[in-house]
Amino acid sequence: MRKLGSLAVVVLLSLSLTGCPPKSESGTATNATANADNAAGGDILIGEYGSLTGNQATFGQSTHQGIIIAADEINAAGGVNGRKIKILTEDDQSKPEEAATAVSKLISQNSVVAILGEVASSASLAAAPICQSNKVPMITPSSTNPEVTKKGDYIFRMCFTDDYQGPAMADYTAKQLGTKTAAILTDVKNDYSVFLGRDFERRFTEDGGKIVAKASYSNGDSDFRAQLTSIKPSNPQILWVPGYYTDVGQIAQQARDLGITAPLVGGDGWVSPKLVEIGGKALEGCFYANHYSYDDPSPVVHNFVEKYKQRFGAKPDGMAALAYDAMYVLADSMKRAKKLDGPTLRDAIAATKGYQGVTGTINLGPDRNPIGKKLVIEEVKNGQLVVKGTIQQQQH
Amino acid sequence: MQELLQNLLNGIAVGAIYALIALGYTMVYGILKLINFAHGDVFMLGAFVGYYAGRWAAAHANSGHPANYFIAGGIMLLSMAVCGVFGYLNERIAYRPLRNSPRIASLITAIGVSFLLEYGGQFVFGPDPKFFPTLTPKHIVHLGGIVTTNYQIIVLVVAVIFMGLLQYIIYGTKFGRAMRAVSYNFEIASLMGIPVDRVISTTFVIGSALAAVAGILFGLSYPKIEPLMGIMPGLKAFIAAVLGGIGNVPGAVVGGLTIGIVEAFVGGSQFSNFRDAIAFVILIAILLFRPSGLFGKYEAEKV
Repeated sequence: MRKLGSLAVVVLLSLSLTGCPPKSESGTATNATANADNAAGGDILIGEYGSLTGNQATFGQSTHQGIIIAADEINAAGGVNGRKIKILTEDDQSKPEEAATAVSKLISQNSVVAILGEVASSASLAAAPICQSNKVPMITPSSTNPEVTKKGDYIFRMCFTDDYQGPAMADYTAKQLGTKTAAILTDVKNDYSVFLGRDFERRFTEDGGKIVAKASYSNGDSDFRAQLTSIKPSNPQILWVPGYYTDVGQIAQQARDLGITAPLVGGDGWVSPKLVEIGGKALEGCFYANHYSYDDPSPVVHNFVEKYKQRFGAKPDGMAALAYDAMYVLADSMKRAKKLDGPTLRDAIAATKGYQGVTGTINLGPDRNPIGKKLVIEEVKNGQLVVKGTIQQQQH
Repeated sequence: MQELLQNLLNGIAVGAIYALIALGYTMVYGILKLINFAHGDVFMLGAFVGYYAGRWAAAHANSGHPANYFIAGGIMLLSMAVCGVFGYLNERIAYRPLRNSPRIASLITAIGVSFLLEYGGQFVFGPDPKFFPTLTPKHIVHLGGIVTTNYQIIVLVVAVIFMGLLQYIIYGTKFGRAMRAVSYNFEIASLMGIPVDRVISTTFVIGSALAAVAGILFGLSYPKIEPLMGIMPGLKAFIAAVLGGIGNVPGAVVGGLTIGIVEAFVGGSQFSNFRDAIAFVILIAILLFRPSGLFGKYEAEKV
């Protein structure tokens, strides 16, 4: 009996170790047939990794929905040179180490031709070297940390970077709004937050503003009262909080609890349908950088917003918009590429010029970052997001 | 000065929650010499019961907003009951069969139960953070120069009530006397006719119910809850129990408050990065210089 029991344990263990196959959106493909598909004229496999669960769950979910809408549109319009595309999705649970595992799996087991993801820069930084060493092109829709594309010539990006976003927001608050003093609260465990905090500080000081207080927290903290208490006596006009939406909502609430009334200002890490749900009234008057506005009258945006609303019952956020563009840019490059091997596809992506996307015209520069993306500033007003201003990046 | 008082108040509010969890650690250790590593996860369970009950109440309350202290109290009692039952089953199923095995076996089992709750919680509740409902309206309260909310005051009042209640149970009732006897020596206690099994079960129930209270209070103050939320507060409460002298009930309260206050001051200083580290620094220091804790009695172990 005991032997039987231990046998059962061994069987269960080995089952759990083999793990579950990645979710695939249209039909299922076993690994063997998947590889055959890629070689012959079957479906083209594209890997996606993202934070479908965990602390930044809405980042991954919005991105996934943006990619799916684009992929379905492309397939409905005849696919890529007659072949359908198929997205294989892996969840990294908002953890960089899981992101590396997910990407290794997509490349080695599923032999995908390209990788899409992530939003969080820490996760993209963990996955990029793996794509680079396997010569599989990776497009990150929305990681803004400049280091991501510096990992190698197979890594591309669809959004503006923090060394643009941080200074742009500093210019906006210092010059347009006439803010003189700011406090900075960064997440020390987050590459994105640390760099964005530094970039903002540099430009804000150059613009004649003064950083009156600086404090930091660690990703996953719930209690920010101590840091906010240390910031409060310096009485800043704004709080620069370049964190992610889960933390920002709580920081806003605790700041109001402590009697801090200055608006919180942040970057695109705030972009989430959950932001206002978490922060509630505490976020009134706070504003942040976004990648596009769903009120944009252009037909490309209108088509995307309507389709997204129809399918998912909500307005697409900036992460969904960038993911949609990333999928289209990839499909467009695959159409132009003669073959779908790594180096050829890489060259085709690098040659992307003048692609009309939801988040503006996409021209990839020599550093594989888009040139001249616009930045939309959104403000929370009466629990709704309204456009406060738009900044057009200088072409250089 | 104001900043000092503000940090002190913030620290006491967090410390009270640590203290409630630490009481559960210390009671179980006092009686069984077992460190119940699953205790931090019972705290998580308490918060989740409160989350689901609070959402249910919000959906069914006539006003659509359960702005009512009675409902909040009811939710807390429900959560205490659920966690109490869990504590009972935990002891009955996982620890009692190992009572006469070497202590390390129970310790490893406790770690196993902890993992079961953490990852079972991820499976059942989902790994995404959830946002605890607002059970009662929140106001800002000005006390002299410092600012607080009625929530922090609720946390303090509720924590003090339950600590007082526990003190009464242990030192003022017959059951408490039985508990102290079992903790002194459970073999002799059983010879004296004390129902040792029942005393141990009840201790687990009380400890788990206190963890549930801490979970609800934590959810009110810091509304983000997720299945792994018990790990850090659980560890810190454990350190608080060691700091106060593990097995010593007033020591757990003092230890919890100390850790909370120290963390608030470190978090508010320029060393805010080290806030989580400071509890562990305290642990190392106490183990090096006073292993029996602030209030613990030093006992030479017979070999």
